[in-house]
Amino acid sequence: MSVLLDENGIAAALERIAGEISASIPATASVAVIGIRSRGDTLAARLIERLAAHGVSQVEFGTLDITLYRDDLAEIGPAAVVRTTEIPFDVAGKYLILVDDVIYSGRSIRAALDAIKDLGRPRAIRLAVLVDRGGRELPIQPDFVGVKTPGDDRHVTVLLRESGGVDRVEMDG
Amino acid sequence: MVWPHRNLLTLEELTSDEINLILDTAAAFEDVSTRSVKKVPALRGRVVVNLFFEDSTRTRTSFTLAAQRLSADVIDFTAKASSLSKGESLRDTVRNIEAMGIDVIVCRHSSSGANHLIAKNTKCCVINAGDGRHEHPTQGLLDIYTIRKAKGRIDGLKVAIVGDVGNSRVARSNLHGLLKLGAEVTFVGPTTMVPGAFAKMGARVVHDFDSVIGEFDVINMLRIQMERLGSNVFPSLGEYTRLFGLTNERMKRARQDVLVMHPGPINRGVEMAGDVADGGRSVILEQVTNGLAVRMAVMFLCTQALGAG
Repeated sequence: MSVLLDENGIAAALERIAGEISASIPATASVAVIGIRSRGDTLAARLIERLAAHGVSQVEFGTLDITLYRDDLAEIGPAAVVRTTEIPFDVAGKYLILVDDVIYSGRSIRAALDAIKDLGRPRAIRLAVLVDRGGRELPIQPDFVGVKTPGDDRHVTVLLRESGGVDRVEMDG
Repeated sequence: MVWPHRNLLTLEELTSDEINLILDTAAAFEDVSTRSVKKVPALRGRVVVNLFFEDSTRTRTSFTLAAQRLSADVIDFTAKASSLSKGESLRDTVRNIEAMGIDVIVCRHSSSGANHLIAKNTKCCVINAGDGRHEHPTQGLLDIYTIRKAKGRIDGLKVAIVGDVGNSRVARSNLHGLLKLGAEVTFVGPTTMVPGAFAKMGARVVHDFDSVIGEFDVINMLRIQMERLGSNVFPSLGEYTRLFGLTNERMKRARQDVLVMHPGPINRGVEMAGDVADGGRSVILEQVTNGLAVRMAVMFLCTQALGAG
């Protein structure tokens, strides 16, 4: 196991992502950040704090559970746990920043896009991830990336202090 | 925890953790009904058959809508128009239905235990939508869900179930579920409808509603099942209402925050005054709304236990 990002590394990555997002937001946009459960929502909340420091305020916050939209639902069987989606605003017309901890195959993001589509028609959706593992199975790419792995299919674990642990991104091997 | 059951036949056989998992999953499904697209793709490609041997518009509609909101295909199988009237056995009917590639059988039957028989003879999920006097587990779950949502808990609550407990599958499912989650249940009704022996099920039995009405956090009024009752269980509807009806007068002696429930359809003016049914303490329409989320959760969890294919 090697440490891909420590506490300072995660903070720096989020700070850089927030800077890139704030620079890219259209002037007239109504912005919302939606985190994919679980961990994406935690990172999304942190990102909103950093966006405020960059002068992007009045950002809506939502959390998205994608379980019911997964294309491997039949294979997961009884282990599937459905959690609540909490998006207390109308996504129609919003400039959405979708946040997840790791992107790998791209299937979770595909599910998230389907779930958002059922809620309304946003003006645009941008994707921010802390870690890009490579290994994509769908033509989906993030717009904002904290760190890229070497792309050799090693598993990545994201630990966050909000879940009772420490801030660290670990990689197998 | 992981949901282990392919079927939902009773609440008696579930653990408190399993009941809580259904309630928590239902909470996640509740918002689907409020969105612009009132559908999720969780059961896409699955087929649900409503196998109703007893008439029930509202339960069947609720199951149909729940299945459709999960993107399942739904077929209605009405017993009167089926080969059962030509002498085919229930077992053969079920096997023929299964051979058509059905995944979920939602069954209502006048015989207690019919759903168990079906479950033994099929690989489909079987969901009991009411069997005889035995159980109506999804009604019990939606009642418990409604109470938990309104009161924030079940543990320690005092719940009255009033009326024809003897004939009521709703009462049995409520009792099993509520006891497992820590509520105290009191059955209230005339001795002809609530025999003292029911105390063995874990509920207190009381025949004088007025002496206890002020105690309860929840009062669940059962429907007087005119179609099932003989003429000798109480002298007249008027007397029943006088002794056990939830009248405006009686409500004045209930707790201010009491929750008034009824599984419907209501005989207005008999088991409950119209004003009470429509009043601020009534959650009868919320029960109907919550029934959708609960049935979605049950169908989702049971089909997940089916696994792939």
